[in-house]
Amino acid sequence: MSAITDPPKDGFRPSMLIYDSRYRSMTIQVVALMLFMLGVGWLVSNAAANLAALGKPLGFSFLSDPAGYDINQRLIEYNSQMSHGRAAIVGLLNTLLVAVMGCALATVLGVTIGILRLSHNWLVARLMTLYIETLRNVPVLLWIVLMMAVFIESFPRPNDFRGDNATASMYLNDSVALTNRGFYIPKPEFFDGSLIVVLTFLLSIVAIYVFGKWSKARQAATGQILPNGWIKLAIFFVPSIIIYFIMGSPIGLELPVLKGFNFKGGFHMRNSLIALWLALSFYTAAFIAENVRAGIQAVDKGQSEAAAALGLRPNRTMKLVILPQALRVIIPPLISQYLNLTKNSSLAIAVGYMDVTGTLGGITLNQTGREMECLLLLMLCYLIISLSISGVMNWYNESVKLKER
Amino acid sequence: MKKTTFLGTVAAAALVSGFASAGTLDDVKAKGFVQCGVSTGVVGFAMADANGVWDGFDVAVCRAVAAAVLGDPQAVKFTPTTGKTRFTALASGEVDMLARNTTWTFSRDVDLKFTFVGVNYYDGQGFMVPKALGVSSAKDLDGATVCIQTGTTTELNLADYFRVNNISYEPVPIETNAEGQQQYLAGACDVYTTDASGLAATRATFEKPDDHVVLPEIISKEPLGPLVRHGDDQWGDVVRWTLNALIAAEELGITSANIGEASMKAGNNPEINRLLGTEGNLGEMLGLSADWAKNAITAGGNYGEVFEKNIGENTPIGLSRGLNAQWTDGGLIYTPPFR
Repeated sequence: MSAITDPPKDGFRPSMLIYDSRYRSMTIQVVALMLFMLGVGWLVSNAAANLAALGKPLGFSFLSDPAGYDINQRLIEYNSQMSHGRAAIVGLLNTLLVAVMGCALATVLGVTIGILRLSHNWLVARLMTLYIETLRNVPVLLWIVLMMAVFIESFPRPNDFRGDNATASMYLNDSVALTNRGFYIPKPEFFDGSLIVVLTFLLSIVAIYVFGKWSKARQAATGQILPNGWIKLAIFFVPSIIIYFIMGSPIGLELPVLKGFNFKGGFHMRNSLIALWLALSFYTAAFIAENVRAGIQAVDKGQSEAAAALGLRPNRTMKLVILPQALRVIIPPLISQYLNLTKNSSLAIAVGYMDVTGTLGGITLNQTGREMECLLLLMLCYLIISLSISGVMNWYNESVKLKER
Repeated sequence: MKKTTFLGTVAAAALVSGFASAGTLDDVKAKGFVQCGVSTGVVGFAMADANGVWDGFDVAVCRAVAAAVLGDPQAVKFTPTTGKTRFTALASGEVDMLARNTTWTFSRDVDLKFTFVGVNYYDGQGFMVPKALGVSSAKDLDGATVCIQTGTTTELNLADYFRVNNISYEPVPIETNAEGQQQYLAGACDVYTTDASGLAATRATFEKPDDHVVLPEIISKEPLGPLVRHGDDQWGDVVRWTLNALIAAEELGITSANIGEASMKAGNNPEINRLLGTEGNLGEMLGLSADWAKNAITAGGNYGEVFEKNIGENTPIGLSRGLNAQWTDGGLIYTPPFR
């Protein structure tokens, strides 16, 4: 009666790789992978052979040769006698500087504009729509160039500050000069005893954090709410200011002064940095605003109605109910916007800002003729920066996302 | 279907890249035009007019080469290149030759693997400042903001000059001459520095050229000339001897006015005869027709005519011959004999 026969137990035959559906997909993948590797190998060997034929074998020793050119904005010590490698690092730091400044400003602007776009005020909402549509529909390179052109044409030249009938004047009690070469602002000077003031300041920041935790725990336990903002503000300023005067004002200000061709002293925020920073931030803010709007609209209307029914005021509703839920939708696209901004900063050379593309991928490449090496290094730089940004933001995303209990 | 097209494209691309290394001269003859790299626009040297027709001192070299090889000075396609992109464009084969105020240096010749075929303009780096600044020497420029084209030898000369004289400056890197002009005129930099000829050309386009002065210091040697890739000596010879033919023509008194007559039949001067192909077979040696030099000279005239027409004293740029006079007039312009 047993009609059940075991499936044929033949051994494995090569033809099964194609005709047996259990193996077929595996076969296709292996073949595709091999073809892909062959293609990559061909490209690599082709590049290597061509470079060898040109007499330019791949090598990175040029990085230790003297660079020979100067860089205007340098966050670390650099002069023209230092190496190409050092110049690349100076450029890399400039890239990071404008990326960090850009991401910060773009976030603040983007969140504000995104929320305002949902305003019930017809004029405000339409103005924000206009902003978003204008900014994001014009290439960022044009914004950068425009920003620079406006900058150098509209602000006064350093020369205009000179003489008895100067046409321009400094602001804030002669401490800030806005020129078309950039903004000159006072720089703090540290004398003896300033260390204690700085330490006090750092301690008060820790204190703010501790206070925040304590206040939250207290609220959870008793339900009472303290005026947190005011208390934190007081902790931020009061102790440092008291210690500052007790120590006899050990921190002074170095003011910019017009000397020779330019202002000397103080911080010099170059026109190229400001133009690039503002253009990148305004442009990216338009995209972030849309992300924020989408995130807020993704929160069910019932949530705000329920919050209102509980008696929460609108700003608390936004802060405690809407935004925490909206963040889950906002963060992932926000990561891409940060990455975009960082990569767009490679357009810096359009305004003469010496970022890593300008030093390593520009002058160094041009003076040494090592296109392949410079571009590989450049790609590696951007890859590492981008992966780091994604890593940090993904970690933040983990901390805000819906926790299932 | 799509896959086949794709594979076909890949195969074609592989084949093309395989054949691209054949002789440039043959390539040029086959495609029927010379692809010439020029600057993005320096008045007098290389500038496109309202109709998009390129003209200028450097452009004339390209046209002469096209005339020598193809018999038609208009058979040139121009690729505008910046100081940064020019070498990559030439090395990758995007252009056949570069005639773009490029300084002949050791490392460009030896390390970047280019062949400079000669010098068509002996230049040096200078500084231009507004008269109102009251600066009379480059040594007074301590602390000045200097606009400089990035990717050039001037960038390195500038760093060296200020370091040697122990004065400080703030470099403002810019990509093209036009950007430099904009920043300089807006006062975003005090000084504009590039080759003295470039300064003269830039100043000529200003609304009020007299408000600006070029300082007396010339801080470097900048022999500018056309260049080609290493490793294709035949093509290098064609460009080199085309340039030399223009120079020789001036030395021998052949102009665009009298060349028709001089090339009709062999005259008394054997060198002119060899140059114009009425005697000997120089053209054949180069792989060109016998009247190659005649065509090159007819294209825009001899070296002196090209100079006077584009950048000479009667043009807005107003450069005197100076170092660029013939050796017989005390200059450096000199060609090996056509023999």
